[in-house]
Amino acid sequence: MVLDIGLSLIGGALIGIAASIVLLANGRIAGISGVVEDVLTLADDGLGPKAAFVAGLLATGFAAAAFAPELITTTVVRTPTALVIAGLLVGVGTRLGSGCTSGHGVCGNARFSPRSLTATGIFIAVGFVTATVVGSLFGGVL
Amino acid sequence: MSKRSLASFAAGLIFGAGLLISGMTRTDKVIGFLDLSGDWDPALMFVMVGAIGINALAYRVMAGWSKPLLDDRWHVPTKTVIDRRLVFGAGIFGVGWGISGFCPGPAVVASAGGGSTLVFVAAVLAGMLLHAGYARVARAYNVKGSPLTNAPGTRTDRVERCS
Repeated sequence: MVLDIGLSLIGGALIGIAASIVLLANGRIAGISGVVEDVLTLADDGLGPKAAFVAGLLATGFAAAAFAPELITTTVVRTPTALVIAGLLVGVGTRLGSGCTSGHGVCGNARFSPRSLTATGIFIAVGFVTATVVGSLFGGVL
Repeated sequence: MSKRSLASFAAGLIFGAGLLISGMTRTDKVIGFLDLSGDWDPALMFVMVGAIGINALAYRVMAGWSKPLLDDRWHVPTKTVIDRRLVFGAGIFGVGWGISGFCPGPAVVASAGGGSTLVFVAAVLAGMLLHAGYARVARAYNVKGSPLTNAPGTRTDRVERCS
């Protein structure tokens, strides 16, 4: 448990450093749902750096898949239907709410944005309730 | 590759490493944090503590600078109004996160390993396109009474888009 908390703090610090680089070098927020949508729709607003950011994320994923596959989940323990519905909800929800765990959770909260504090409170609370309902009523199988 | 892209690529590498080290890329770990009914694992709370702590320092630095190192202006969101889009969107995202254990960043990283994570990411991308398409239609027809049209026809309704 102490080790896990230590790793969480170190991992979190790295995420904070990455977000700080994006902010102080490029003047932008490191919000992954927004970046991914802009790359997906080829939005004409800093597309190059955004694509480079996603490439960096994917590069760490490929490194993990090759050298430490236990670090990434590739088989989500959910039925395909539940997985697709969850993915659609994440896609629609993060864009409707203008951000996710990175844009609101890390970047917005660090500057005490009232929108981000609100969004983070809601998605964490709803996330807790949803996962707890799935875990207790459906035995974690959905 | 431009300097800006190089900085973003480096940031993507560091961000991804942070997600991997903290365990955010493992849905069993995330579900263990979000599911209070079983053996609760609070460790992931400290990911946000570490990340916000460091990033808050960067905002202190930013306050003393007139512009970022590699751009001529700041692109940080300025919107403060808490509207229906924000509230509904965060709630919808929370349900998807709670079911799957994946939020967008860790899902993108883990998708490099293939498997059913790719199915999830494809659904996320489809959801984003659905939203973008509907938002475009709603703006074009200026649909009233929809949570998507709080700020029709402007780019400021998507201010937390980032890089």
